[in-house]
Amino acid sequence: MATIRFTVNGKASSVDTEPERPLLEVLREDLGLTGTKYGCGEGQCGACTVLLDNKATVSCVTPVRAVEGRRIVTIEGLAEGGRLHAVQQAFLDEGAMQCGYCTPGMILQTVALLQLHPKPTDAQVVDGLNGNLCRCAGYHRILAAVGRAAASTGASTGTSTGKGGGQ
Amino acid sequence: MNRREFIEIAGTGLLIVATAPLSDAQRGGGAGAGTLETRLHVGEDGFLTILSGKIEEGQGALTELAMAAAEELRVPLDRVRMVMGDTNLTPNDGGTSGSGTTPRTVPLVRRAAAAAHDLLLAAASRQFGVDAARLEVRDGAVQFAGKRYSYGDLARSPELAAAYKDALPAGTVVTPAKDWHLLGKPQVRLDGRDLVTGAHRFPSDIVRPGMLYGRVLRAPAYGATLAGVDLSAAQKMPGVTAVRDGGFVGCAARTTFAVRKALEAVSATAQWNRVEQPSSDDLYVYLKQHAGQQGRPSSQERGSVEKGLAEAQRRLKASYQVAYVQHAPMEPRAAVAEWQDGRLTVWTGTSNPGSVRQQLAETFGVAPDRVRVIVPHFGGGFGGKHTGEAAVEAARLAKEAGRPVAVHWTRAEEFMWAYFRPAALIEVEAGLDAGHSISAWDFTNYNSGASALDPPYRIPNARVRFVGSEAPLRQGSYRVLAATANNFAREAFTDELAEAAGKDPLEFRLAHLDNERIRNVLNAAAERFGWAERRKKRRAGTGIGLACGTEKNSVVAACCEVEVAGGVPRIVEVVQAFECGAILNPANLRAQVEGAIMMGSGPALREEVLFKDGKLTNARFSAYRVPRFRDVPKLEVILLDRKDLEPAGAGETPIIAIAPAIANAVFDATGKRVRSMPMRTLRA
Repeated sequence: MATIRFTVNGKASSVDTEPERPLLEVLREDLGLTGTKYGCGEGQCGACTVLLDNKATVSCVTPVRAVEGRRIVTIEGLAEGGRLHAVQQAFLDEGAMQCGYCTPGMILQTVALLQLHPKPTDAQVVDGLNGNLCRCAGYHRILAAVGRAAASTGASTGTSTGKGGGQ
Repeated sequence: MNRREFIEIAGTGLLIVATAPLSDAQRGGGAGAGTLETRLHVGEDGFLTILSGKIEEGQGALTELAMAAAEELRVPLDRVRMVMGDTNLTPNDGGTSGSGTTPRTVPLVRRAAAAAHDLLLAAASRQFGVDAARLEVRDGAVQFAGKRYSYGDLARSPELAAAYKDALPAGTVVTPAKDWHLLGKPQVRLDGRDLVTGAHRFPSDIVRPGMLYGRVLRAPAYGATLAGVDLSAAQKMPGVTAVRDGGFVGCAARTTFAVRKALEAVSATAQWNRVEQPSSDDLYVYLKQHAGQQGRPSSQERGSVEKGLAEAQRRLKASYQVAYVQHAPMEPRAAVAEWQDGRLTVWTGTSNPGSVRQQLAETFGVAPDRVRVIVPHFGGGFGGKHTGEAAVEAARLAKEAGRPVAVHWTRAEEFMWAYFRPAALIEVEAGLDAGHSISAWDFTNYNSGASALDPPYRIPNARVRFVGSEAPLRQGSYRVLAATANNFAREAFTDELAEAAGKDPLEFRLAHLDNERIRNVLNAAAERFGWAERRKKRRAGTGIGLACGTEKNSVVAACCEVEVAGGVPRIVEVVQAFECGAILNPANLRAQVEGAIMMGSGPALREEVLFKDGKLTNARFSAYRVPRFRDVPKLEVILLDRKDLEPAGAGETPIIAIAPAIANAVFDATGKRVRSMPMRTLRA
């Protein structure tokens, strides 16, 4: 057991836990943040994507010890004061979800993408999102939502040094 | 149901008291079944709550049913709430499958809503002393000479209380499609906000007080049986419950991490008896060898195939193979079970809450009315979640642990232990007459099913057969089931016949098609795609193909262009036309059609479950390659709206045209016929 300290959605958190536990399970089971989803457990589907120091990260293969002292944003932390983030709003407006289980990961991956490339090319969008699966295969609506979000934000807030997860 | 449960959802209003099970008579959606109280709650606050045993898994049923109700009630959409898939609260509308919600449940909801509308009008007429014909409902209220009477007022009235006891009036008239205000217009999904904020609780997100995380010991191979196991190491771990009940072994602990450790300790001691299992290498030989052993083959014949083939000018023959595929919905099976005073409540993702309740009742020897199954909107099914495995496992562990238990299947479990879309071997032979028309058609599907078995073409002598086989894997439903395999073989083979006849694939089809609806989608797709012009302009390494079909009372046609540069073909462009009668929600329909095309491209090109010695060898997304963003082609969807036809379901049929269209385009590009899904002959 170890005490791991990190920031989640702007709030300081401290968790006493086995350090090898996946961040995904700590977020969901210890902190009640169930918006981050399990999809594959091998970092292949992107359903568990969170922002770790602004970088899109698959939390299912990230041990919680690796986030000591770092900043995490989950889907629950994206809207501010009940106001949706531009990417959330774009997904909603475009109807870019069917079952919606991949949606939190898609949205966070898009946030990371637009931080890196505020006006992404088609190829940059595909490269940035290719690690995120949608089994309803609603990829066209999602691409439309990404385009809408890019148009609505122009430049996104925050800084980023990383690139989108993807593979 | 109890009052508190209902008020939590619907708010205060007329108390609805119904006995469980609610209106099982409605199973199958018999017209006119049920009373108002099983279907619709009128709130004193003017909100209307629609009850349906159908479930939402991303296909858009929730929004569609709410739209249907709001249309008939004459209220804005935001005045309608939906309660779905809860065996204590909702009528049994049967399972959510077979594109059934639109043709069967939507009419029931429309009739109930229209009856409530008529009731409001009649009550207002009495209140005002004015003939009902001079009144109308607008925004949920009737207004006349400065007076107003609303659904909120109706909720407090004895008229509504009395009407709730009666069967729905037989003569209730619903709004014809041409007069729709709300239906027929694009509507984004009503549950979208909770999906983009992460607030929605999928079955795997349900948490109950004191809940443990459970996991079940799986056999290392199909057919293996447990010979022995030692639970003691796991039982010594703090907070761990370990159970063995015959072949069932499972653990529950405070976290997923802890239960994984406990199960690893159990698994290390398990001894298994293995039996020989077939391999995917010999799959099609196996299916043929075991043909006819399961059930009676079905066969339909018109004319005489024997005579037709004997008299044909030219005969062609081919066989097609369609691999096992897994639905692999984003959310694997999940359930939370909670026992309280001999009553069981289970939250789970299933398209059949009623039958899962029955299964739980039988498994645990309790009366069905002591079991409640609640189905939150879940993370995809595609026909793969008709069953309740996780529900039973969670209930078993919860009973033993004396606390609520969640069972979340891993991706590997979902791949290996959920059921599969059946593999198919299809043999077809046909003859062309002197006029280059198809004069004989002999088509047999082994193992995968009879959906869309009958060709839509005019053929004087035709025989279609479905012959069951002994399935090497556990198989079950999948989006439109065997219609995909049967359309693939039929449409690919039709292209071979067109080539033998020296005809263009489009002209050849049209020459054999009497079905006006199929002709319309075929022509619409071909025209938008520029079929005729593109047939003349050839580009090296690319090819174009088309296919059409019908199933579940809807029709589809697709044209596509592929690029073949060794390995798996790349889809460059798809134009698909689809028609399912009067369109209820064009936004959702478009999403369904686009998604179906992309989902269907997976088994066409790459998806294939591989197995050997009773194990899957590719049970993970890194090995089982599903469509990704990189595979997305240029895509255009044409929706034909037929206001003169009853709405048909649309979640399935749009998937059937893409695979044969690709196969035909690959032939156009390479001169090689593709007769398997996935297209293994081209695999790099």
